[in-house]
This record gives sequence, structure tokens and C-alpha cells, in this order.
Amino acid sequence: MDGRTEEFLANVQSGGLVEAGDWMPDEYRARLTKFVEMHANSELMGVLPERDWILRAPTLQRKLALTAKIQDEAGHAQLLYRVVEDLGKPREACLDDLIAGRAKFHNVFHYPTKSWGDVGVIAWLVDAAAIISQKALLKCSYAPYARIMRKICWEESFHILHGRDIVLTLVTGTEGQRELVQEALDRWWKPLMMFHGNPIPAEDDPMVHWRIKSQANEEARQQFLEGYVPEVWELGLTLPDPELRRREDGTWEYTEPDWDELRAVVTGHGPASEERIAFRRLSREDVDWVSRTVLAEAA
Amino acid sequence: MTSRVFEVFRRERAGAPMQHAGSVVAPDARFAEIYAREQYGRRGESEALWLVPREAVGEIDEFVDEFDLKYRRVDGYSIKERLREARARAGTSLRDLPGGR
Amino acid sequence: MTSRIDLILTLADDELILGWRNSEWTGIAPFLEEDVAFSSIAQNEIGHARALYELAARELGTDADALAFDRPLDEYRSAPLVELRRLEWARTIARHWLYETADAIRLEALQAADDPELAGIAAKMGREEVYHRIHAEMWIDRLLASQEGRPRLDEALAELWPYALGVLDEDLRPELVRRVEAKLERVMPAVEPIGRDQHEAELAELLEEMTMVRRSAPAGAQW
Repeated sequence: MDGRTEEFLANVQSGGLVEAGDWMPDEYRARLTKFVEMHANSELMGVLPERDWILRAPTLQRKLALTAKIQDEAGHAQLLYRVVEDLGKPREACLDDLIAGRAKFHNVFHYPTKSWGDVGVIAWLVDAAAIISQKALLKCSYAPYARIMRKICWEESFHILHGRDIVLTLVTGTEGQRELVQEALDRWWKPLMMFHGNPIPAEDDPMVHWRIKSQANEEARQQFLEGYVPEVWELGLTLPDPELRRREDGTWEYTEPDWDELRAVVTGHGPASEERIAFRRLSREDVDWVSRTVLAEAA
Repeated sequence: MTSRVFEVFRRERAGAPMQHAGSVVAPDARFAEIYAREQYGRRGESEALWLVPREAVGEIDEFVDEFDLKYRRVDGYSIKERLREARARAGTSLRDLPGGR
Repeated sequence: MTSRIDLILTLADDELILGWRNSEWTGIAPFLEEDVAFSSIAQNEIGHARALYELAARELGTDADALAFDRPLDEYRSAPLVELRRLEWARTIARHWLYETADAIRLEALQAADDPELAGIAAKMGREEVYHRIHAEMWIDRLLASQEGRPRLDEALAELWPYALGVLDEDLRPELVRRVEAKLERVMPAVEPIGRDQHEAELAELLEEMTMVRRSAPAGAQW
């Protein structure tokens, strides 16, 4: 490590902030770009599981709220790809990598949705899990990323309420409606438990080393369990893990997820990965002429 | 990159300063206005926006202070010692003066 | 049913179905900035539909959701223009602009008519639709100025023109012709309008899908 890099590292580790125009070591730029790009990809791909339900929302109010939530996700993808673009990777290149299956996105967006219950569970719990990671990113050493995270967290707080409201309406509805929630929870629990990643110790995590992330994976998962398991249980709903319990010291125990499965899912081998990437590819081909002509001819 | 980046500034409420909010990519200023309005104001979180083509933004990020410019700032003044001395010489204390504390 | 209710439901159904169609672009619009903007337009349309259904529901003793979701197919009054399934982008823009232009004419007429309540809603809708028109017109200008965009847009406009005429009653159609010709700087063909006396087959498919969740619980269930 050269002197300049050492100085940069010491600065970010002690709380220093980096701006877009500042010098940064290649490794920092590469890791940061990849990380924000994956975040952007996740917002963009996160649109797809819920998109199908835009046409099926059962009331006008739900229709409006669901559309607004998905609109936010497209908006967040825009904010995040702007950060990536300013780090040197054009948006078009990110999308090329995404539809070629060369880029990653979050595990939860590789699973299919099957009922309106999924819409509630995703907006409530997937967004809750996401907001825990995103809040920790408010302290990221890369200031342009930390700044847009404020806007993203602010917007997403409404998503969790929207999801919880759907869930509460369903569990107080007919037996069949309640079953929609329970069945969706049973399917989503495993992906949710994998969401924050394997419990790699913070000191071994290169993302923590460069202070791109400041929270260890397991810490995020514990925060999620502490915040949301009681809220699920109080509705009389169950979670499909017999080991799940809170110890005296406040730590949650759970069945260790299969981390090989997580690796397989995020590298494009999840139950809906291929279909989602193919859909994204086709919809991009459909509108390719628009960005080609409208944006290019404007230059 | 073929299209243009517009930097967006927003004023959160009347009297507040314009602050950088982010940016949009758009083919021209008309598109940029529509896009910024939705991306940075659709929840009523802004009462005004400024749009500036990125190339119009000039940046200064280096401020030289080699010869101690502290006389321009409050932290360049330390009057505590001298004040005590002056009071001692005058034999006064704030407490004894009319309206004193 | 009074002609007033009929008029309100006609407006509401147009806004509802077009809002539903435009929302199909959410997440897959040509670029992300456009995605956010176009989604707001779809949401506004559904918001307009809701306000209009609420007005009608008060007189019919029902609620807005029941009017939006629970009527049989043949009671919907939507124009075939808004019923067409998600179209590719040039057609989406052509429909968007033709509809907004026709809608402006219709809303102006309502604001001038002797029904303060309806005039009030029309004025509120009009204030939002100003931005829809700015959006539509900037796209029309952009596509007309583009080598690849222009033929696509022209083809879409030719295809959708009879549908656009069908949005308005006969007395308002000449004004639509005037505004469209002024913008495009050419004469539009005299064609037979495709009006509200028929529905596109795609409406049945849409209603089937949009009521799918709602129908899965007994009537009266909360969602």
C-alpha cells in the first residue's frame, strides 16, 4: 500500500468523508462502484416481483399506494445509478451487465410472488430488512452515497407502513385472507433470513475496512429479528423456524441458513432469476430505440 | 454519455436555503424540469427547485491558509486573559455594575 | 340513471382505465427519470377517477371501489382509446397526447357548464393535467424532431386517430381536429370515429385481471 493510499485509509477509518471529485485508491473506487451498482440493480429488479400486482390491486387506495411504492424503487434506482455514473461506470454499461447476468442483485428479488399476501409481506418485511442496511449506510465514507441514502430511507418508511397496513387488513379479514399472509410468510422467511448475508466478522469484511459499510451482517440480522419477529408473533402468525427464539441476553437464535444456497441464488440460480433477467432484457429491447434516438440525438 | 446531467437544488420550505438534492439525466432542459419535479418534489418535500446544467457549475475546493488568517475569525481572538487583567486594574466586577449579573 | 351520473362515470372510467394502462409502464419505461414521471401521471389519473367515482357513489348509494371494480363489463363507459393494452412507446406517447388534448377540451366545456360541483372537479383535474400536457407535448416535439422517432410516431398517430375522435361527443370533435392539426402542422384524415358504443376485447382481459384479487374473497371483504 503506498503512502497516499495509507493516508486515505486512515482518513476514512477515522470518520473522514470522500466526495466524487476527490482522489481515491483504485480498490476503494472498484469496491464502492460494485457495491452501489448492486444496490441500484436491486432497486431496479425489486420492481419486478411487485409489478404484476399493480394491475391486480384490489382497491383504488391500494392501487395508488402500490404504484407509488414501485415508483419510488425506480426513483431510487435512478439516484443510485447516478452515483455509479459519477464514479465512472455509465448506466448503460450497468444495465448491459445486469441483463447479461454478469451483475448481482439482492437475493429476495430472485423469488416469485404468488398472491396478494406477498405484496403485504414484501412491503412490510423485505423493506424493513432493507431499511436496516440502508440506515447503516448513512454513515458511509462516500458522502454522495450517504446523502442520497437519507432521501431513500425517508421514502421507504412509508413502504413499511403500507405493507403492515395490508397485512393487518388481511389478518383481520376472512380466514382465506389471513391464510394469504401466513402462506406468504412461510415462503419468504428463508430468503429474509439470508437477506443480510453470511455472518462474516466485521474485521474480515473489506467493505467495513474501507468504511463503505459500517455494520456487520449479523448485527443487521439481529436488529431485524429484534424489531420484527415480535410484531409478526403478536398477530398470531407463525414463522417456519422451530429454533427461532430470543435468549435472555437479547440475542436471537435461529436455524443457520444454507449460505451455499444464498450464493447460488444471487449468482442467478434462484427460482425466478432467469425469468426476471429475461423480462428486463425484453423490456429494455422494446424501448431501446427511445434512449438511442431521444437521448443520443439530444447530444 | 450522450445526454445531459442537470444538478438539482431544492428549497424545503419558505426561507430555507437552496440545497443540492441530486441530479437528473435528460435530453434537454424541458425534460429535466419535468423529471426533477417528480424526482425531487412529488411528495411536496420541496417548495422550489433550481436546475443547473452540470457544465455550468464551477467548483473551488482548495483554500490556502499558509500565513495564519485567523485574525478574520472569532477563533483568532483570545480576550479572556486581557479582560481579567483590565477588570482587575479598574477594580470592577460585572456583578457590582447596574443591571449586572 | 341520470345523464349527469352518466357523464361522471364516463369521465371516471376513461381516467381509471387509462391510469391502469399507463401504470403498466411502472418499472419498465425507456429510462428511469421517465419511469418516475410517467408513474406520477398514471397515479394522477387514478386519483381523478377516484374523486369522480366518489361523487357518483354519493348519489348512487355505493362507494368508489364498487364502481371501479364491481360493475359488469357492459356498464363501463370507457372509450376504446384507453382500453388498448400497453402499447410500445411511440403509441403510448401518441395515445397520451391525443387523450390529454381531447380531455382538455372536455374539461373546459365542463368548467363552463352550469354544474358547480362538476366544474370544481374539472378545474382541479385541469390543474394537474396541465403538467400531463407539458409532458406529452415535449415528447411529441422530441419524437417529431427525431429521425427514427418521427415515422414511429406518425404511424401511431394514424392508427389511433379514429380512437381519439371517439373520446369526445360529436360537438367537441372539430376542436380536437383543430388542436391536433395546429400542433402537427398537417391535415388529419376524415375518418369514422371509434366511439363508446363498442369495447375493445382487451377491456375484458383487463377487468378480469384487475378484479382477480378482489373477487377472491366474498363481496364486502376489506382489502
